[in-house]
Amino acid sequence: MNTLERIAPAIGKLAAKTSTSRGGTACLEIEPRDAHAVIARLRDAAQFETCTFVTAVDHFPAEPRFEVVWQLHSIAHGDRVRIRARVGGAEPKVPTIVDLYPGAAYGERECFDMFGVVFQGHPGLKRLLMPEEYDHFPLRKDFPHQGIEPDRLYREWDRARHLKSPEAAQ
Amino acid sequence: MTESLTLDYERGAIHEDDPLHGELMQLNVGPQHPATHGVLRLKVTLDGETMREIEPVVGYLHRGKEKTCETLGWRKFFVHTDRLDYVQPLLNNCAYALALEKLAGLEIPERGKVIRVLLMELSRIAAHLIYLGTTGIDLGAVTMFFFCFNEREKLYDLLDAYTGHRMNNTYVRIGGVYADVDASVQGAIEAFLDQFPAKVDEFERMLTGNRIWFDRNRAVGVLTREQALAWSLTGPNLRGSGVEHDLRRAAPYSGYETYDFEVPVGTVGDCYDRYLVRVEEMRQSTRICKQALARLTETRGGDFLAQDRRYVLPPKSEMRASMEELIHQFKIVTDMALPAGEAYGAVESSKGELGFYVVSDGTSHPLRCHIRAPGLMNVQAIPTLARGRLLSDMVAIIGSLDFVMGEVDR
Repeated sequence: MNTLERIAPAIGKLAAKTSTSRGGTACLEIEPRDAHAVIARLRDAAQFETCTFVTAVDHFPAEPRFEVVWQLHSIAHGDRVRIRARVGGAEPKVPTIVDLYPGAAYGERECFDMFGVVFQGHPGLKRLLMPEEYDHFPLRKDFPHQGIEPDRLYREWDRARHLKSPEAAQ
Repeated sequence: MTESLTLDYERGAIHEDDPLHGELMQLNVGPQHPATHGVLRLKVTLDGETMREIEPVVGYLHRGKEKTCETLGWRKFFVHTDRLDYVQPLLNNCAYALALEKLAGLEIPERGKVIRVLLMELSRIAAHLIYLGTTGIDLGAVTMFFFCFNEREKLYDLLDAYTGHRMNNTYVRIGGVYADVDASVQGAIEAFLDQFPAKVDEFERMLTGNRIWFDRNRAVGVLTREQALAWSLTGPNLRGSGVEHDLRRAAPYSGYETYDFEVPVGTVGDCYDRYLVRVEEMRQSTRICKQALARLTETRGGDFLAQDRRYVLPPKSEMRASMEELIHQFKIVTDMALPAGEAYGAVESSKGELGFYVVSDGTSHPLRCHIRAPGLMNVQAIPTLARGRLLSDMVAIIGSLDFVMGEVDR
């Protein structure tokens, strides 16, 4: 019995489309608002004990722009499932799954940090890798690889430097 | 006449209603603290010496590897994978190669798989030696550091002899490995493996029954089976908590299903269990390496690199003699496209499940390359393990979780 057949009773009609990826992983495409319900059912009814990662893919300039990806792992059955949901670029948001898998907390924070996707209900959604005051979302496709200078951190540092020694401003 | 005066033995103790009790102090451990094994900062809220709350702050070593992968393209990112968990570069290479091979649907020849297994297990031994040495020195066993680094040095000399580098080897390619293992290197690896189990026994004699080691690790940082799974822990940390899960067994890659080895599993889930698991893994890795060496002798002369000119560079000699091969070389170096789709390739690294989630739009540059870093999950678990313990236990807990910041921050 493959993974898709195994999880079919658990997810019911919540998945719009199911497929199998090149590596043989079961994939579900869902509506963003169903994310919490689908993942809760997978955890409780299909024994996916652990969340491997949470991330996003930016399909800029296509719209809906972001594809949030969750991957769960069932150690009891030795299989994985990948769940994908497309969210628009204007106000990207999906429900959090931290209440189901506490281990997803850093993954969601990183995803917010890098793409600006808001995980609604996350207990401490703030940047993970970039400085807290950073202005941009670096893994978005419209963010250049070499960075954007001067960003706010640089401007603040520059202003502080000028306040200290006015002649440096000339 | 003398009268005896009874002293109030408890007069110095702080009572529950004392205003001093419960006064919390914020302490910053790191980012430049030797016990944090890299640039990790921990915001600790202390009540006396007891840790009430711990907040790990990561990102000091963030170099934007995932963005770099999107910019450099599939092939050129190989050298960057080395710099993730820099104590086990070859394991990182293999994980990335596995993801790309899944995407490309490429089969690698038997000898390539055997060499990969050998390199991965040697890397695992090297990484576990670092764990043992640094955790030892953090907990007062300074000699362990020198013992372990001595062994690691021998191992690095072997990797130097084979790959030409001590660290950051980048020797794995899509479809196999860059070059064959010659007989002299094979002999040297065999000699190392012959003397290594005795060294592991020596490490165990130093630590396993050592009173200080015992007291500092037993019942410290206990993680139950359910907690370990919920916090997405993998590798030795998960096995220390009694979950028998090893990707080499559960989802074999590179032919691991044909090797004979055991998966050590802990019972309690404390720092001591995680230590025992890693020590035993070094022995099991030695076993796997020996089997791989025997297979190297059997498959001598065989292909170690797939012959698929869409992804694998032609040999230099052929490239110089044939126009067609020159074109292949040019196409691969400048514009090696992978078929559109997505794949997830993961290996059991020394820290846990190291995975690469790659998404291709059919061009030479990835649409997305997400690195599933086991170290980040290990850092994430620190507060759960350390809450309510003494500050000095934090050193044991950080050491036993085993992470490398290059991989945590990417």
